[in-house]
Amino acid sequence: MVKVKLWGTLRHWTDGQAEVEVEAATFKEVLDRLSELYPGLAPQIRRGVSMSLDGVIYREAWFQEIKPGQEVVLMPYMQGG
Amino acid sequence: MKSLHISTTINGDPVEFICDPDEPLLDVLRNRLHLTGAKEGCGTGDCGACSVTLNGRLVCSCLVLGAEAQRAEITTIEGMAEGDQLHPLQRAFIDGAAFQCGVCTPGILVAAKALLEKNPSPTDEEVRYWLAGNLCRCTGYDKIIAAVQVAAAEMRSA
Amino acid sequence: MALDQAKREFRQVGTRPNRPDGVDKVTGRAQYGADMTAPGMLTGAILRSPHAHARIVSIDTSAAEAIAGVRAVVTGVDFTPQEDNFLRDVQENCMARDKALYDGHAVAAVAATSPAIAKAALKAIKVVYEVLPHVTDVDAAVKPGAPIVQAGRALENVPAGMSENVTNACEFGHGDLDAGFAKADLVIERSFKTAATHQGYIEPHACLASFTADGKADLWCCTQGQFFVRTLCSAIIGMEASQLRVTPSEIGGGFGGKTTVFIEPVALALSKKSGRPVKIVMTRDEVFKATGPTVSSSMDVRIGMTKDGRITAGEANLRYSGGAFPCGTCDMGAQAAFAAYDVEAVRTYGWNALTNRPKEAAYRAPGAPQAIYAVESVVDELCQKLGLDPLAVRLKNAAHKGTLSSYGPTFNEIGLEATLEAAKAHPHYTAPLGPNQGRGLSCGFWFNFGGNTCVSLNINTDGTVGVTEGNPDIGGSRASISLMAAEELGIPYENIRTIVADTNSLGYNDVTDGSRVTFSVGLATIKAARDAIAKMKARAARFWGIDEEAVDWVDGAAVPAGPNAGKFPPLTLAEIAATSPQTGGPIAGHYEVNVDGAGVSFGVHLVDVEVDPETGATKVLRYTVFQDAGKAVHPDYVEGQMQGGAVQGIGWALNEEYIYGADGRLQNPGFLDYRIPVASDLPNIETVILEIPNPGHPYGVRGVGETPIVPPLAAIANAVSRAAGVRLTELPMSPPRILKALKG
Repeated sequence: MVKVKLWGTLRHWTDGQAEVEVEAATFKEVLDRLSELYPGLAPQIRRGVSMSLDGVIYREAWFQEIKPGQEVVLMPYMQGG
Repeated sequence: MKSLHISTTINGDPVEFICDPDEPLLDVLRNRLHLTGAKEGCGTGDCGACSVTLNGRLVCSCLVLGAEAQRAEITTIEGMAEGDQLHPLQRAFIDGAAFQCGVCTPGILVAAKALLEKNPSPTDEEVRYWLAGNLCRCTGYDKIIAAVQVAAAEMRSA
Repeated sequence: MALDQAKREFRQVGTRPNRPDGVDKVTGRAQYGADMTAPGMLTGAILRSPHAHARIVSIDTSAAEAIAGVRAVVTGVDFTPQEDNFLRDVQENCMARDKALYDGHAVAAVAATSPAIAKAALKAIKVVYEVLPHVTDVDAAVKPGAPIVQAGRALENVPAGMSENVTNACEFGHGDLDAGFAKADLVIERSFKTAATHQGYIEPHACLASFTADGKADLWCCTQGQFFVRTLCSAIIGMEASQLRVTPSEIGGGFGGKTTVFIEPVALALSKKSGRPVKIVMTRDEVFKATGPTVSSSMDVRIGMTKDGRITAGEANLRYSGGAFPCGTCDMGAQAAFAAYDVEAVRTYGWNALTNRPKEAAYRAPGAPQAIYAVESVVDELCQKLGLDPLAVRLKNAAHKGTLSSYGPTFNEIGLEATLEAAKAHPHYTAPLGPNQGRGLSCGFWFNFGGNTCVSLNINTDGTVGVTEGNPDIGGSRASISLMAAEELGIPYENIRTIVADTNSLGYNDVTDGSRVTFSVGLATIKAARDAIAKMKARAARFWGIDEEAVDWVDGAAVPAGPNAGKFPPLTLAEIAATSPQTGGPIAGHYEVNVDGAGVSFGVHLVDVEVDPETGATKVLRYTVFQDAGKAVHPDYVEGQMQGGAVQGIGWALNEEYIYGADGRLQNPGFLDYRIPVASDLPNIETVILEIPNPGHPYGVRGVGETPIVPPLAAIANAVSRAAGVRLTELPMSPPRILKALKG
């Protein structure tokens, strides 16, 4: 199981939980499980989310492996100028 | 509007062109003579990217009419190097990384050359005030001022 | 793609050679967007709405079409409606359909045989408008009864009951705010406003489109991202990406503002309809009115601090407006606001409201300068009221490895403390100040990212190398990329030529943004060089009849790896290249990747100002920028980014603003009235580059382009507030605003 930290806005669709657990080994699996378990998250996931893994931000790397005990944080899709 | 026939000298070359009476010199240079080194950043004389000299005087070519070139001597950025020998200002700008995007650079070089012809030993403050009519958005001007001073020192010792 | 394990001595990276495009740019030879021409080319021109908000009742183009020399006229109905919201917004920003949403919104376009005929044709187009009530202020836009700019655009994350102009909402943070504020000895709450500003690139947008009868098209334009231009234009025009080749010209500044399209689809549509090449060049007036300035903002910030300078809690409410279309920049501001601080309880809320202003485009670290300005202003005021040293307070609260960041993740290695220490140790911090002078300080933060990147590196038979990359060079990146290729290959910098490719020559490259180019393209160049080196080592192994693994690459040559591999004289890159036709054919290295691991970036700015109490004018006396570059590949251009970003921030703090009249029209669409800093406004901008290697790059490189615009707003505001003896809370701090504050 992977513990996924959600930013404040997303907690409206997880009954207020700031952290949820999903069965996943990759970034893509995290996104798929979250969309299944919490359908309210799906629109944001479709628009784009990035993932921080132990403090390193992955913008859209679906196959990025998640190892047990790593800190997983969802973030809005990064933009720049 | 009847087109005008103009005879002029640009960078030492005799040039003939026709233009509309209300056509800016900048448009003549860029669109009729394909001298695209002078840039249009504003078209209102605020940015200096179109700087050229007209009978030795520094002007914004967007504020001068093509018709005013009649029997005048115009120099543009294309006339700054002599053959394959860059002007000391041009070399100093490359060596000193005095530009990033480079679109303001032709105007700044033409303006800086006009300054050094009048005042071969300007202070930094004099360079900054002289170039206040030439906008640069990339560099913060720091390296531009330094490069002008490097070129000025070289030209004084030449 | 981690940092190389072996500690290396750089031979070329870190030096300051001349840039490869230098001569072209000092002789006027470099070709920018407006410098392109094609045989038979027409002039394109765009008719724009004079109203801030109006329904387009009808457009009659028949009189324009009847003018001799007019070859095409297009309006909104010539563009197929898009299903996708994002694409529809981009398209309708390029050409209005049912409503004009801001002063300057395009409503029709013509292509004609001369600029004069095009101008006459625009005058002959008859548009009937039903003028609607408008709103240009972000606070006014969210009030009940405000004119609705676009209905039904709110995302699912916007709470019910808000104005229909509110399209985006977000919340970040952690901890118990009430408990945090209860621990504070002093809590300060302030409201701030910042004006929309423009990137102010000196080169207006320009493009040349050429559509042929068999459905192929070429597009030349000044852009930060030719591949994204292809994506947007092919979707809007309804053609396959393979049929549209986009070639980037030299670019005369972008800063984020050239990451989208405005005129390019219009030029393509006009070219398609006329069967002729069409060039469109924006005027400066059009650039201000109808490209993408920043968001304007209205913000409330509350911070609690103990007597000894510990921040106990922080809260920010950020109301941004990205103009007439939904805009997610508030997400970035809300994440960045408190990023510099290690705080137990922090909460940020971001909102976006529609207004009748042009659609926001990115500008260096989009969303961060405003939010950090507000936070850093309150931190500074707390320091003043508690009698604390503002740098010591920043150090005491600085985020570091292990800090739970305000936007969620726990930081690993970051360079903020080292950057603050560098500022503390610098003589600027303790230099004496005179009357009416003040010193200001601010931290800044930006995320940085990597992104999709492709590089090809070709070994020429004469021993020189061509590098092909896909990101327009906006500030010397071809020099940095050539340096990294030279370093890796072990050949002179002068033997390498790096070019920026069109969209057919490489796979997809993300836009030149996110401070990504030196980091990502550099990484891909190093990897492509290693790919080429592996191939050259294989050729050497064949020459010597030994295993490929038994060959090393040292100083630009293949050598046997140790005595067991055999005794052979080195085979140089030039020797291997010269024989490549006989040894298996051309040699090239490639690398394609979506890079991550850019690493977040911090900077600290220190500024002294003098405020004239008679006129309210501010003079910047001294300015120093401290920033971590990871590894400065070409230090001149790192310094250039730091200096240029700082000066853009100085303009934002003191002069620059979009001023709208009561009629909703932009009052200052020109460089005379929208005043960007000129040379005589400024002192030298001192720079201190720190080099704390980024673990996500082989050479430790970190992007540097965006962070420098973040701290100046607050650094200047703090300096002005201290000099004036009164806290300024609205940007820009123009002389009338300062005089008003001085009079209380």
